[in-house]
Amino acid sequence: MSTLTPPASPTTGDVPVGDAPSRTSWLADTLNVAVRELRPMLHEPANVLFAMVQPLVFLGLFAPLLPDVPGGTSALQWFVPGIVVMTALMGASMTGANLSEEMLTGSHERLLVSPLRRSSLMVGRAVKEVAPALAQTAIIVAVVTPFSFDLHPLGVLTGVAMLALFAVGIGSLSFALALVAGGEQWIFWTVQQTFLFPVLLLAGVLLPLEGAPTWLAVAADLNPVTYVVDAERALFAGQFPAADVLAGFAGAAAVAVLGLLVGLRAMRRSGTR
Amino acid sequence: MTTTPVIQTRGLTKTFRAGRRTVEAVRGLDLSIAQGELVALLGPNGAGKSTTLRMLTTLLPPTSGTAHVAGHDVVAEQYAVRRAIGYVGQGNGAGHQQHGRDELVSQARAHGLSRADARRRAEELIADLDLGAVADRKALSLSGGQRRRLDIALGLVHTPRVLFLDEPSTGLDPQNRANLQDLVRRLHRDTGSTVVLTTHYLEEADALAERVVVVDHGQVIADDTASALKSGLGDLVVLGLADGDAAARAAVRAERLRGHDGQRPVVTVTGDEVAVRVAHGRESAPGLVAELAAAGDVVRRLEVVGPTLDDVFLDLTGRSLRENQSTPTGTRTTTSEEIAA
Repeated sequence: MSTLTPPASPTTGDVPVGDAPSRTSWLADTLNVAVRELRPMLHEPANVLFAMVQPLVFLGLFAPLLPDVPGGTSALQWFVPGIVVMTALMGASMTGANLSEEMLTGSHERLLVSPLRRSSLMVGRAVKEVAPALAQTAIIVAVVTPFSFDLHPLGVLTGVAMLALFAVGIGSLSFALALVAGGEQWIFWTVQQTFLFPVLLLAGVLLPLEGAPTWLAVAADLNPVTYVVDAERALFAGQFPAADVLAGFAGAAAVAVLGLLVGLRAMRRSGTR
Repeated sequence: MTTTPVIQTRGLTKTFRAGRRTVEAVRGLDLSIAQGELVALLGPNGAGKSTTLRMLTTLLPPTSGTAHVAGHDVVAEQYAVRRAIGYVGQGNGAGHQQHGRDELVSQARAHGLSRADARRRAEELIADLDLGAVADRKALSLSGGQRRRLDIALGLVHTPRVLFLDEPSTGLDPQNRANLQDLVRRLHRDTGSTVVLTTHYLEEADALAERVVVVDHGQVIADDTASALKSGLGDLVVLGLADGDAAARAAVRAERLRGHDGQRPVVTVTGDEVAVRVAHGRESAPGLVAELAAAGDVVRRLEVVGPTLDDVFLDLTGRSLRENQSTPTGTRTTTSEEIAA
């Protein structure tokens, strides 16, 4: 049968790849990985539905307990940005979970031998986790807007851009973690959980950090997520305090750069195991 | 045919650190493979076959030495190497939660095919590798043979110049193994691609490859066609006689035959049985039988067995490949085997 050879190239037997297609773009590579990752999710619509409702359940259970914030702003206005950051962080931190499985089965190896860019392999997977988080954000914002929450579209969009940057970094770190864990899923989950909650609490996502003892305040100051959360709160309130927003982007960028560096390094070394 | 080899390694070496020990998985491998060859790397588990393949496919950086694949350095020009090669690893290339068709399209897109071309190519491969019934099901639900065909299809989307297959038939039943060998033979014939596969199945290397590179302890210990490797060994002639005395008499006569290396052959007597490895056993056995009959010792059973690649391996290393094969995951002997496996 001749179909093993593409119709374009002659079946002469020497060099089957004549004029190979040109190199793909970074965006195409990343989208390829992200779409591939998202596909199994779409095969299970119930999963998607469940994932979308989750933060709402959380919000519904937590919001009624919030005290009124002195100074007129509603508790919801303070709380929602934190939940949005938490959703993004949780989603992105799971980036490596699928990778663990694919390292065991062999499909990760196939992708490594393919011409896909290494950074696309990472970022594409992060996009897969972040896309649902963005959808969740949209749902949260849509649901809380009728209540005591003022929607400031420009602020929210800026906040989402910052979150995307942040999530790429967290996703890459998660990817690196899975590579280092080498397919041992329990290692991945143990480290992911151990890391996730302190980082969330230290960023003041659930409770304000005002009046925290000094050691806690210092730890919070060292946590880049703190700056992201602070900036998101301002942005979701429709304010653009330059210093806070800048600090937020700086925190997100720091996480992104760190994540990409660590991730790429882990990928280069992963072959040795 | 191009004169420059499509795969060329010089002193290719890979060492791993296992705790405090340094394990040399591949030691100074020199290999040259021309465009269009069908080559099997044969050796026991832990011989360094897979490690070699992983270096040639850019998965592992060599510790020292160089390797060029399709004219590109595997360290400095990884992208160009990846564009030129197809790789079918030991595991499954398709994600278990993915549909085969989607994976094929995605892989083709990764190689730069347009959306339409990628779909068309996936369609061709699905038809050609007989995956039509299962291409739109989760890979997890496919049988071992179907999954392996899908893996190979994934390695072929861009019609690579060089196709690497790492232990392609491991875990397949004999029927599927035979089908797989047919498939490899057919795609080698039809595409003119260079095919390099690793195997620890002697029969597979024998039946499939034009050229067999025997690897042991990270080094090439023999490199030739299967028939050339075997022809030096001669045939095993086994005679069954009436009793031990008759066997002893027959052994004396058997010793006069010419051994495979031109020397006198080694004769072993076990009960009433005489075994001798001689050059051209098929031709010399009838004469020996007639000679014995004339002397009054009737041969009751006669067996002439041509050499196998296992005999080649045994001759080269003093060990049998089969012993190794019988306990694929049994006793954990050395760390090097685990790493290099």
